[in-house]
Amino acid sequence: MKRPFLAVLLFATLLASCVPVDLSASIPTYDTGVDPTAWITVPAGSFNAGQEAKPTAIDYDYQIMVTDVTVSQYVDFLNAALADGTLKVSGDQIVGPYPGDEFQGAKHELEISAGDYIIVPINDPASRFNFDGSNFTVISGWENHPMTNVSWFGAWSYCGYYSFRLPSELEWEKAARGSADDRPFPWGYEIARNNANFYASRDPFEDMSTFGSRTSPVGFYNGKTYDGYSTLNSVSPYGLYDMAGNVWQWVGGILPGFSDRFMHGGSKGTYDMDLRIWVRNSAPPMYYSPSVGFRCVQNP
Amino acid sequence: MQFIKDRFNYLFNSTKGLILVAIAMIAIETAIFGMVSGPMAEFGVRDVIVRTLGMKLVEAEREGRIIILYHSIAMAVVAIETYMITSLLMMKEFYKQAVRVLITVGYILTIIFGMGFAYWGHNWVFHGLFITGLSLIFFAGVLLVIALWPWNKEYYQPEKAYARTKKGVDVERMAFFATALTTVLSSLFGAIPGSYYGNGFETFMAQDIIRLPEKTVMEYSVIGHLHIMLALIAIMLTLIIGCWLNFKGILHKIAMPLMILGTIVLNLGVWGVATPLEPVAHMIIYVGATPAMLAALFLLIWEWGQLIREGTSHLQKPNFGQKISALLHDPLRFGPLWQMLFMNFTTSFVGIIMAVELDKIFRLWPALEERIELTGHWHALSAIIATIILLYYGDMIGLKGKLRKLYGWSIIILSDIALASVTVFEMKRLFISEATQQPLVNTLMLLMDIGLSLLLVLLAIVLIWRLLDLFKRKGRWTEEVENELSEEVEK
Repeated sequence: MKRPFLAVLLFATLLASCVPVDLSASIPTYDTGVDPTAWITVPAGSFNAGQEAKPTAIDYDYQIMVTDVTVSQYVDFLNAALADGTLKVSGDQIVGPYPGDEFQGAKHELEISAGDYIIVPINDPASRFNFDGSNFTVISGWENHPMTNVSWFGAWSYCGYYSFRLPSELEWEKAARGSADDRPFPWGYEIARNNANFYASRDPFEDMSTFGSRTSPVGFYNGKTYDGYSTLNSVSPYGLYDMAGNVWQWVGGILPGFSDRFMHGGSKGTYDMDLRIWVRNSAPPMYYSPSVGFRCVQNP
Repeated sequence: MQFIKDRFNYLFNSTKGLILVAIAMIAIETAIFGMVSGPMAEFGVRDVIVRTLGMKLVEAEREGRIIILYHSIAMAVVAIETYMITSLLMMKEFYKQAVRVLITVGYILTIIFGMGFAYWGHNWVFHGLFITGLSLIFFAGVLLVIALWPWNKEYYQPEKAYARTKKGVDVERMAFFATALTTVLSSLFGAIPGSYYGNGFETFMAQDIIRLPEKTVMEYSVIGHLHIMLALIAIMLTLIIGCWLNFKGILHKIAMPLMILGTIVLNLGVWGVATPLEPVAHMIIYVGATPAMLAALFLLIWEWGQLIREGTSHLQKPNFGQKISALLHDPLRFGPLWQMLFMNFTTSFVGIIMAVELDKIFRLWPALEERIELTGHWHALSAIIATIILLYYGDMIGLKGKLRKLYGWSIIILSDIALASVTVFEMKRLFISEATQQPLVNTLMLLMDIGLSLLLVLLAIVLIWRLLDLFKRKGRWTEEVENELSEEVEK
């Protein structure tokens, strides 16, 4: 009697894991009041870098986007770059040119030679835009969410198109941490669920029984209350939003003999420990995911 | 006073008492610190535990805390294996007592003061006592190596049924000796970089640097250390189980030299990771792992054959079903070898698939996915080691009849459900996308939690029963106080 019961229970549990996920489920829309076109200047000077907080100097000013690049901003780029021939359609991908990396032949190194590489996939159900063969449009409700499902080439291409660039790891880290202390998170030393969007942080965009954690609009964690959900103001010392959680952010800089590109900040899909400023993730530059986005920097 | 003295004598001066204390220490540590990570954090349990116990968790020190946690649990496991070895194998009484005293004081200092330092603020006296504990365990290891010296005529193997040299040197003892010696030497590969990084108060987890193309000798040393120590704990446990089950005959004669060869080559390969041999180190490791795993396979074939023969001895021509029934009759004897076989699905095959397909599949995924695979892989192997110890412990405390079956099968089924779920979780990206994974992740997490939490409940029941037993004047403990494991080797 006990054995069939156990088997039925196990079968029912396994069946529950086969529930189809509705990736187009509606999403609450909120205006965060944070301007995604804004930039902030990070002044030259020393800051405490890494887990060990080693004093490190960046001897120039640079400007960095206040938020991640949004879906809306990226769709504008895709339409413009497709129209002027910078990007093109290749099968189920949008591709763009990349000059290539110096190949060292190191162990596990992928050869990235000059050529066209994936910018974004088209027809991927996890993407937040539609493409009708000639024009990109944002799926309604996702306009002010960070652009995701974008490869490192796609991030590099966006920044380069507007004469910006991806931040180096040190530039990203200084922008997130500020210069005054060794805080692990952009807002301070401790993390609460309403500081940032991370795995099972119980924000209004997630449903852990179906699609799991989803992105939140850029600048969402600014101290405002949305339909009864109160956020903490989680701005970094220089006034940046979402430098921890929501989406991993591609950064520039390439290590010799290492074809992976680094990401920082943790994401909606990671535990809070990965939101610590110094935590690195990496992937090959053609990788894309619903948890990876980016922001750009420029010289003033 | 006599009441306390008698119990203290049982707990700290008898083999089974010492093993009970170490299992209890690990169980308590796992129960408390398991609640500050993993799914318990999501449920909000971590916050309650941290507040209630007054823990001080500094974000930048997370890696250091985990390193101390892993070491303190591992030291208790090493102590359990040492108690078993010193009870199963002949050795001079002085060495037996000295090894036991050193390792007992060592692992208790390591757990109490290591965890105190890691989770309750930085009391540097605690850190010193943690290091003292580790050092005592090292010295216990050195003494154990001396005690196991196989070329002493007293320890020669008189019986031809066991592996021995022409002169009569006990090859099984040589395997224990080789494993103990290489364990002591391999610990240096952690101790030296540990001192180096500890001096600068820098910490890192091996899985976080595994992809970086350039690593220092010290970083390679740490990576080698953590792999080999777990492998050696597993090899030593295989030898212990073989000893308990009275492994002998032709398969024993083939398996023991293979185990020695495998252990030595495996160590050379892992040590090679921190030398200019690094580019070929993995090949040496595969060469070493193969004979060691073959030796374990021979033990499995022998013991399962024994179980089938014993269970069907009353039948003239047993059919397949009767043979299977005989094989599964005693979960405490079937289980340890089954768990070793199951380990191949959760650990070895995963490792081999990853190594073979690393550049084609795994390195195309983000580093975080690889981290999940690596940590899952090590945790699975550690959990399997723990279950094998618990199965042997069930036999040690004399579980019989239905209770024996319930205890044994619960450990096997619950742990295998959890470990199978961990394996699917590690490999999920092979068959499901990030965007659609959540229902599967939920199910796997549920199965892991059910398996592991019920296993801990079972362990808690056993420990409470043993605690209550200590209050009885003529409890089971009074029978165990003089028992040695060598007296209970299967005939």
